[in-house]
Amino acid sequence: MGAYVIRRIGQMVPTLAGVMLLIFVLFNTVGGDPALVLAGKITNKEQIENIRKQLGVDQPYHVQLGYFAFEVATGFTCTWRSFTAKPEAPKSDGKAEAKADPKVDAKADPKAAAKQAQPSGCQAVRSWATNEEVPMILATRIGPTLTIMIPVLVLETILAVLLAIGVAYLRGTLTDRMIMAICTVAMSISFLVYIIVAQYYFGFKWGMFPVQGWSDSFIKNLLTYAPLPIMLAIFVGLAPALRLYRSFFLDEINNDYVRTARAKGLSENKVMLKHVMRNAMIPIITNVGIALPSVFVGSFLLETFFSIPGLGREILVAVNRSDFPVIKAATIYLAILTMVINLAVDVLYKAIDPRVQFK
Amino acid sequence: MSAVMPTTSAAPLHQLSPGLWTLAWRRLRKDRVGMVSLVIVGFFLLLILGSYTGLVAKDWSKEVGVSYANPTFMAGAENLEAKQAGAKQTKSEVPYVDLSDIDPLAPKYEEWAKRTAEIKITEVQRAETLPFGGDKWGRDVIQKAIKGAETSIMVGLVAAFLATVIGTILGAISGYMGGRVGDFLEWFYNIFTSIPYILLILAFAAVFQSSPALAEYKGIPMVVAILAFTGWTGIYRLVRAEYIKHASREYVKAAQAIGASHSRRMFVHILPNVSHVCLVQLSQHVVQFIKAEVILSFLGLGVPVDSVSWGTMLAEAQSELVIGKWWQLVAASISMAVLVTAFSMLTDSLRDALDPKIK
Repeated sequence: MGAYVIRRIGQMVPTLAGVMLLIFVLFNTVGGDPALVLAGKITNKEQIENIRKQLGVDQPYHVQLGYFAFEVATGFTCTWRSFTAKPEAPKSDGKAEAKADPKVDAKADPKAAAKQAQPSGCQAVRSWATNEEVPMILATRIGPTLTIMIPVLVLETILAVLLAIGVAYLRGTLTDRMIMAICTVAMSISFLVYIIVAQYYFGFKWGMFPVQGWSDSFIKNLLTYAPLPIMLAIFVGLAPALRLYRSFFLDEINNDYVRTARAKGLSENKVMLKHVMRNAMIPIITNVGIALPSVFVGSFLLETFFSIPGLGREILVAVNRSDFPVIKAATIYLAILTMVINLAVDVLYKAIDPRVQFK
Repeated sequence: MSAVMPTTSAAPLHQLSPGLWTLAWRRLRKDRVGMVSLVIVGFFLLLILGSYTGLVAKDWSKEVGVSYANPTFMAGAENLEAKQAGAKQTKSEVPYVDLSDIDPLAPKYEEWAKRTAEIKITEVQRAETLPFGGDKWGRDVIQKAIKGAETSIMVGLVAAFLATVIGTILGAISGYMGGRVGDFLEWFYNIFTSIPYILLILAFAAVFQSSPALAEYKGIPMVVAILAFTGWTGIYRLVRAEYIKHASREYVKAAQAIGASHSRRMFVHILPNVSHVCLVQLSQHVVQFIKAEVILSFLGLGVPVDSVSWGTMLAEAQSELVIGKWWQLVAASISMAVLVTAFSMLTDSLRDALDPKIK
């Protein structure tokens, strides 16, 4: 197994290099001159040239690519230190300020500015809009995202498995067909509609939940602000999961071992929950494994509607104000996370299914 | 007796055995759900063809009703917004004070009054109610929904077609050629799949939006490009698997023996045999992309503000709901839900009809 893990990690290197290359090509060439994007409405040639120098985009492409790789690496080493060393930097008020003050002040002497902010001597990439350190932004936004997404993943999987095994047991009956029809219709209504309607009725009209908001206390968040978004996400995710898991159970339910188990005289509960469930869990866990990385991205729609200061909303805000460093960092770090999670899921298989051989 | 025999037994000898598509069509004809969804999808396609050529919903942008005109079936409901808008036009009751001795403009009043009288004022009678209500500017919600359907469905169709073409060509090359080329394309595929899908879309959106070179393609072509460039991976994987299977089959070797070139073998000989996979994928992606377009447009990353799509309608509807004007939300979400339900059921039926395993 050790050899397998090492080989898989070895395979990650070219993929990661490819991800960085893709991001680099996208943001440095397809997106136009990054200096002009940062400069915004500034037309002063000298200032633009200045920005270009500070960003390093006056260098040839291979040098820029080297810088970029360096930035990604320093992000890693700095995050932990800065995360433990100092609390979140005060957030400035977005684009207007950042664009009016074209970083020339802050960036004229970047080393001094960095030293002032960072006693540890680490210098990570900073957001164009807020001048916060990008790894810090990502590290502080992941908490709220996980507060929403982990309960969603856990509850949704449990609910979907239980419902699916019931529906699969009743296959072909009117109940089964009705539930499947409802699922198809429920899946075709946009997530937006569910959010708009639920926020209006549950939050605004009936006042059962706060319309939006977030606090500093984890317990309060989980009990007051999170329930409505969590319920919405589960409600929307349940229909496709139920359909899929039902098909997994149906694949198993007609197998010979099920007949054997029944012939032995086992109760229906035991046949379904022990024999069928165990085998159907393998594709289900694959599916949960595929969904796992998206837990960290979060639902940017939910976070936007309910003003949850999570990663998804942060990325969306960054897209809206062309804050390239934030988008680049989020993409790369989440890609790395995705690869690591995929490896972990593949290794976990062995524990669930002894038939799996590592190739 | 003997006269009947030849006709019955000879007929099958001269008849070609039905091909894949004929058989699939026969199976689809028997599938009642599939046929109903086909009719609904066909109706929507006719509708958007009509609105594209200007036969239907030509006047969607005309402000025919009062602001937030009520639907006809609830004509009696109070419409405060329209009243307020009307109230602004009535004269204010300020006591008249003669200022003509100190007013420097006083001599010109007479001339102005004459000129004003020359201008013809046509009073537009705005409807109090519209068949299914009006939006803030008094535009008919049904016509807006039809026009929105045109945008959303067009984006879905074109983007899905492009993604299928990209996925099929790359998958064909990778699966058929194998070796170095195959490895390279696998690497390329891994790059795209190791970035979480939402992030990939947002990264492309951020870059395309800030790119000065692509500024003239902003709006619909840009959404299509974003969806197509990020959505081809699933199709690639399936097509590649099919091509690996087919590449070593006898008919391909026979084609090689008669001197068919690689590209001829790939796209003339093998492609028809995997085209059913492509068709089902195309159909699935249309649904997926329509949903994605609605969300992108809602977030302001999609179609421009001056055109209308289901997503922009939902964006307007969110604030309308708070003042009790629900009809635009209902019009957009129902028309979208009907189309998406029908399209996904059609996809299921297509897959059943084309899957040779169920034969």
